[in-house]
Amino acid sequence: MTPAGRSWGWLRHNALLIYAGLAVAYMLIPIVVIAVFSFGATPKGKLTFGLDNGFTLEYWRTAFSLPELNEALSTSLRLATFSTAISTAIGTLMAIALVRHQFHGRRLTNLLIVIPMATPEVVIGASLLSMFIYLTFALGFTTLLIAHVMFSISFVVVVVRSRLIGFDRNLEEAAADLGATPLATFRTVTLPLLAPGIVAAGLLAFALSIDDFVISNFNSGTTVTFPLYVYGVSLRGIPVQVNVLATMLFAVTAIAASLVLWQQRRAERMAAVRPEPAGAAA
Amino acid sequence: MSLRQRLVPYGLLGPGLLWLVVFFVVPMYFMGELALRSGSLTSGYTFDWAWSNFPDSLSGHTEQIGRSFLFAGTATILALLIAYPLAYAIAFRAGRYRSLLLFAVIAPFFTTYLIRTIAWKTILSDSSPLVSVLQTLALVPPDGRVLATSGAVIAGLTYNFLPFMVLPLYANLERLDLRLVEAAKDLYSSSRQAFVRVTLPLTMPGIVAGVLLTFIPAFGDYINAQILGGTQQAMVGNVIQSLYLNQRNYPEAAALSFLMMALILVVVSVYIRFAGTGAFMGSEGEED
Repeated sequence: MTPAGRSWGWLRHNALLIYAGLAVAYMLIPIVVIAVFSFGATPKGKLTFGLDNGFTLEYWRTAFSLPELNEALSTSLRLATFSTAISTAIGTLMAIALVRHQFHGRRLTNLLIVIPMATPEVVIGASLLSMFIYLTFALGFTTLLIAHVMFSISFVVVVVRSRLIGFDRNLEEAAADLGATPLATFRTVTLPLLAPGIVAAGLLAFALSIDDFVISNFNSGTTVTFPLYVYGVSLRGIPVQVNVLATMLFAVTAIAASLVLWQQRRAERMAAVRPEPAGAAA
Repeated sequence: MSLRQRLVPYGLLGPGLLWLVVFFVVPMYFMGELALRSGSLTSGYTFDWAWSNFPDSLSGHTEQIGRSFLFAGTATILALLIAYPLAYAIAFRAGRYRSLLLFAVIAPFFTTYLIRTIAWKTILSDSSPLVSVLQTLALVPPDGRVLATSGAVIAGLTYNFLPFMVLPLYANLERLDLRLVEAAKDLYSSSRQAFVRVTLPLTMPGIVAGVLLTFIPAFGDYINAQILGGTQQAMVGNVIQSLYLNQRNYPEAAALSFLMMALILVVVSVYIRFAGTGAFMGSEGEED
């Protein structure tokens, strides 16, 4: 390669990286704006979304001082907890069946898992509402839970399934050879090895539930979740506490997600140290 | 295999399939039923095979439907143009920053979609520094606005669905065999030729998956149009939301969302027929 070619290559190499940095910065802009505005002082009684009046810690101190906001947040947390528990449990079972077992109707099952992910939220929300209207089923926490579990299942299956595909079956066979019953093998070998995948799936289900506005908007009745609260107050001005809580939520989920990633990489490194079993390269 | 063993997968699939059938498939039936009713909110809606709801729901909202195609289409193209070099850089150039960059791509998911969009409303508002920069550069007229224009809605859609474009592209690029690109160069193709004739065709599955995963949710979205577009930029999602929740004109709302679902089912089935469910399931060629 000529020197000119080399420096052109160097420039191009770095131009792409610089571009990637800028693109990623663009993706993070609103998060920074939300975090910065959580420190924005506003004149008493006038609620705005801005930083024109200086810096203050007041809204972090009074983060939990708005009863309606607290109520909405606790509803969201409760909903997300139940939805995560249910969808992670039944999604994990589905993923195990898809990867480990032969059965008729695999294509149909795959379709049933994929189509909800490819359906616009407004259609999911509208169709569920249609059913609840037809059955005159009262809208509220139960209908929200039904909806949240429904749209989370597919994502749980995808995440757990990808973890199961890279799973070393020899470890389970070893446990069985050593006299473990199938249930004991599942509890002491399969589940711990699968745990990072299940935790990642659960985290995703939790984030999806906390975040959901559109489907909830259709099926909430008078129940108010965190996003529904924000939507409700967005017309008359959003309390700065919303920015504080959004920043807190971001920090907690980001830390949890990095812990899961770190744990997965550690598990992969440890797995890489083990002597390769025969035929594992396939 | 014993009968009991053969029943195990159905037992494992049972609860999930039941949930998806009862709360995803069955509601579609009820939506169809609602779409064939007629009447008014005060007298109640009765089922009478009112097929005319379907053409009526389309002809009454051609403007919003056209806008949905235009906005979602433009946002998808912009997202592809932004995401392809980004995914390429993460896959081949990022080195030890790869995980960090991937993490940053999914970071927006850790804040509420709605609040993110409201943050963009602030960034694009009339008094924001960004808008004065755009005015100085004469990209926006001196007394012009960014907020409440079609541009603001498209920008919001592009931003919000960008990760859905980056991730499938990255997954596809990461598996690209770079030796094929080198072979093309060994055979005297320029970098550009190698890209157009080798890299691009090989990453087409990722592009198609990203386009679908961006276009479909953007087409149905109503948050961006509502928050960033004001009253003049309504999309078909806004119509459905308003018909259902404000006007309670259930038959027309159901007809419109049923048609949207049908359109998307056709597009997705064509895609799955050619490419399998792999792109959505996070792996290649998963078919039996």
